[in-house]
Amino acid sequence: MSNILEIKNLVVSYGGIEAVKGIDMIVPEGEIVTLIGANGAGKSTTLKSISGLVKPKQASILYNGQEIVGKTPDQIVSMGITLVPEGRRVFPNLTVLENLKIGAYLRKDNLQEDLDYIYSLFPRLKEREWQMAGTLSGGEQQMLAVGRALMSKPKVIMMDEPSLGLAPLVVKDIFKIIQTINKEGITVLLIEQNANMALKVAHKAYVIETGTITMEGTGAELLANEEIKQAYLGKTK
Amino acid sequence: MTEQKKQKLSIMLSIIGVAVLAAALFGVYATTSNTAMLRTVLQLGAIYALVAVSMNLLNGFTGLFSLGQAGFMALGAYVFAIFTIPAAQRPGVYYLYGVADWLANIELPIVLALVVAGLVCALMAGLIGAPVLRLKSDYFAIATLGFAEIVRIVVGSSPLNRITNGSLGLKLIPKFPNFFFPFIVVAVCIFIVWLLINSSYGRAFKAIREDEIAAEAMGINLAKHKQMSFIISSFFAGVGGALMAMYMGAITSTTFNVTLTYNILLIVVIGGMGSLTGSIISSFLVIAAREWWLRFLDQPLIIAGIQIPLFKTGFRMVVFSVILMVVVLFFRKGIMGTREFNWNFLLKRLEKKEAGSTGGEGNE
Repeated sequence: MSNILEIKNLVVSYGGIEAVKGIDMIVPEGEIVTLIGANGAGKSTTLKSISGLVKPKQASILYNGQEIVGKTPDQIVSMGITLVPEGRRVFPNLTVLENLKIGAYLRKDNLQEDLDYIYSLFPRLKEREWQMAGTLSGGEQQMLAVGRALMSKPKVIMMDEPSLGLAPLVVKDIFKIIQTINKEGITVLLIEQNANMALKVAHKAYVIETGTITMEGTGAELLANEEIKQAYLGKTK
Repeated sequence: MTEQKKQKLSIMLSIIGVAVLAAALFGVYATTSNTAMLRTVLQLGAIYALVAVSMNLLNGFTGLFSLGQAGFMALGAYVFAIFTIPAAQRPGVYYLYGVADWLANIELPIVLALVVAGLVCALMAGLIGAPVLRLKSDYFAIATLGFAEIVRIVVGSSPLNRITNGSLGLKLIPKFPNFFFPFIVVAVCIFIVWLLINSSYGRAFKAIREDEIAAEAMGINLAKHKQMSFIISSFFAGVGGALMAMYMGAITSTTFNVTLTYNILLIVVIGGMGSLTGSIISSFLVIAAREWWLRFLDQPLIIAGIQIPLFKTGFRMVVFSVILMVVVLFFRKGIMGTREFNWNFLLKRLEKKEAGSTGGEGNE
């Protein structure tokens, strides 16, 4: 299997302070890759750099072998990489349908088929098509955020803490959906603090600590690792 | 009722609504004299409606808080006036400084001059947009406010005496060719804005207003769309300014001072940021109140031989300020909020009657 994303020596600094200190990551096509770590470890910064929202100090990010550092966010979205931003960030005063249509902003073709697909994934959104997105529950908003990102027909979908602030049952639903999306052939790059859930679904996982990758392996390997258990899963021997 | 049937019905209702409004306008035309207050209010209201809609496009839909509307109106009004004052009468208008040679014989038809006025404003917006749109919220407001003042002062300054007639201002600007002219122009312009708002560009504007970062993550080019909104808004502000010049017949640079911008902002806020119909309704209401219904506040009021002390010139504006404060404090969303007027509420009622006791949709 080929690597859809290859990140080499990514360095990002915010006003002199290095948030990400030269990380290397590989995202194989069609897999779920997760990046776990504590607050402030540089997870979100990494995703923002890939999607072009943050300009890295130095890096090489290859998407299907093509350099994407320096491209604008809209170019990157149209190439097939979409970000589900942290904290959902749906457009609160627009209807669910409008939110979804904005997800497909860069495409000019017929949307009905894709809308139907999203509604089949999230029947709740169909029910609430005409409701303002701000009136949805947290879980529904997260579904909308994922649906909105899917409307751009991405090849890689990047999710920034999809479980943030959601009830455990809802988190389970979200992870099920992540797996469903992945089975459709979309590569998923997932950032999580909920390491337990993330490692269970991930094919490949990286652990990031204060801006550097400290460990990598398959999801199952890291789940069994004693250090990880102690540091992120809250389990003691 | 199916969606399609609903759509057809609301389109039909809209056509009927427009026809009724046109008929009412015709009725006003037939029954009132040229100087009737009702005519004044309707014409001025229509002009303010266009300017308010243009401001709303920027402030309400794209979330860019601009205070430069008066500047663009001044620019539009002056461009329009310069090109339309009858060439034969120009020596009279520019009696003190004389008219610039290149300008002396250029005279454009009214409609073309309106478009040119808009285009000049759009061009100006394009020029200042690139640096100004980098600023966020308050800073953007301050920069646009500054721009409006600069335009006003430059237009009235002496180096431009032979073009703008400096501080003397311009007069003998052609009046409306007929009673209906401003309404037609305004309707066409607002219809264009309406089409824009309901296109995918309009959705992108709203997305930027709601959440810039999320909009950017969805692939919306922020700089490009903000620029577009700014240019289009300025175009219509310019056309509105030109209409204002036609309405007044004479303009000076002080016509377009900051107060004008605040008046328009007042209309937009009362109507609802992000609602075209709100802006239209509130501009007619505000203009009618200001020019007509609340006029009595400026007159001395004597009840049973005692003069009520507050009623004198200027009291009207005090009342207006109080209304604005009440709106901002208690009705923050204005008349319409971000909603638009539509027929759905009527259709829903019909639907309920049709459905009878079987119940409506199964919403939780």
